[in-house]
Amino acid sequence: MSITIEHLGKRFGTKTVLADFSWQVDGPNILMGASGIGKTTLLRILLGLETADSGSFSGVVRPAAVFQEDRLCPQLNAVDNLVLTGHGLCAEVAEKELLALGFAPAELKLPAARLSGGQKRRVALLRALLCRDAETLLMDEPFTGMDAELVQRAVQTTVRLVGQRPTIFAR
Amino acid sequence: MTSTMQGKFPLWQRLAALAVWVLLWQLAAAALGHGGLFLATPWQTVRALAALLPTAAFWRSIAFSTLRILLGFVLAVLGGLVLGAAGARWRAVRLMIDPAMQLIRAMPVASFVILALLWVRSANLSIVVSFTHVLPVVYAGVLGGIADTDPRLLEMAQVYRLPLTARLRYIWLPGIFPSFCQSCIAAMGMCWKSGVSAEVIGLPDHSVGDALYRAKITLSTPYVFAWTLVIVLLSAVLSGAAAKGLTALKTRLCGEAGV
Repeated sequence: MSITIEHLGKRFGTKTVLADFSWQVDGPNILMGASGIGKTTLLRILLGLETADSGSFSGVVRPAAVFQEDRLCPQLNAVDNLVLTGHGLCAEVAEKELLALGFAPAELKLPAARLSGGQKRRVALLRALLCRDAETLLMDEPFTGMDAELVQRAVQTTVRLVGQRPTIFAR
Repeated sequence: MTSTMQGKFPLWQRLAALAVWVLLWQLAAAALGHGGLFLATPWQTVRALAALLPTAAFWRSIAFSTLRILLGFVLAVLGGLVLGAAGARWRAVRLMIDPAMQLIRAMPVASFVILALLWVRSANLSIVVSFTHVLPVVYAGVLGGIADTDPRLLEMAQVYRLPLTARLRYIWLPGIFPSFCQSCIAAMGMCWKSGVSAEVIGLPDHSVGDALYRAKITLSTPYVFAWTLVIVLLSAVLSGAAAKGLTALKTRLCGEAGV
């Protein structure tokens, strides 16, 4: 299974964001580039949230995403946010992964609105990683807002849970 | 910074302010004289209310008006929800509904009552008037709530393939509910004013409006004041109950974030 992007093009008004972009993504890949180069736009097109002006792509099957913003349901706690999008994910697994990523047991009961920026980012990352039916993972700067130690743990968790699924990490 | 600018006044201060107003009322009534014909005293009002309270007619009037006004309110809330959702979903629907809502909002209660009397029996007048005065408020509240729903969460729901029920429960309802609640609470007070005003004009038998009017034409000013006090209290109690119930529901649906 792989993502195939062929000659993708996208303009916003007079600004060209993507021009004749082609890429074959087999397994996990990192997409690096300067800010404003079109990484987020590419991911939004692959997620079906934007339409490309030209070109085509295939292989994005039941995606899970880490968005540039956390996009958690503010009234739900971290576990409920993960279960909501988990497609069969059980609360025990969600709890275990959250604890492994540095959550204190008491913090699991807090609504997402009351979590810190770094905590929200970890929930957003786990939401994509623990989505049971996702075959493609598209992650937009997934480790932003985490300190160095947490990034290390988050990377280990990500490597373990992504497996060989076609994945794009934009950073 | 004192707390008076930021929060509620302490109870004793509010009671003291109320006492000052009652005293001013008493002084004004005494100054006007004529045994309270033009302005009943607080004591006369309380005595009139005490005379009304044990009578079956009083409670029948309360039940008659409350049931009809609340029925109009409930129907308007349901109608506002349906029309608001349809208006948000289809621009053409909104294009058609918006002028009607603006017209209803702009129409004086008296004009509407006179027209409504041509179409319905006076006994059902307060249902129609309460309905028509609440409908635009709830409609606007639902539209506002839908506009306030976070589009980024809707995108998240689309990407993660959330079923419609989950989208409604966790995204749409928490988005809509704060604005919907505010409009319902405001509308509850409004429907009482418009409903009783309609009854005073249409004079359906056994209604609060009818009782108020009869007190006026018999120059029983203390009873006019007593009935007015009853209307204010009923409006306050029902608005308070609506606010409490809806806020509890909002907290349950939206959690702390929606409060």
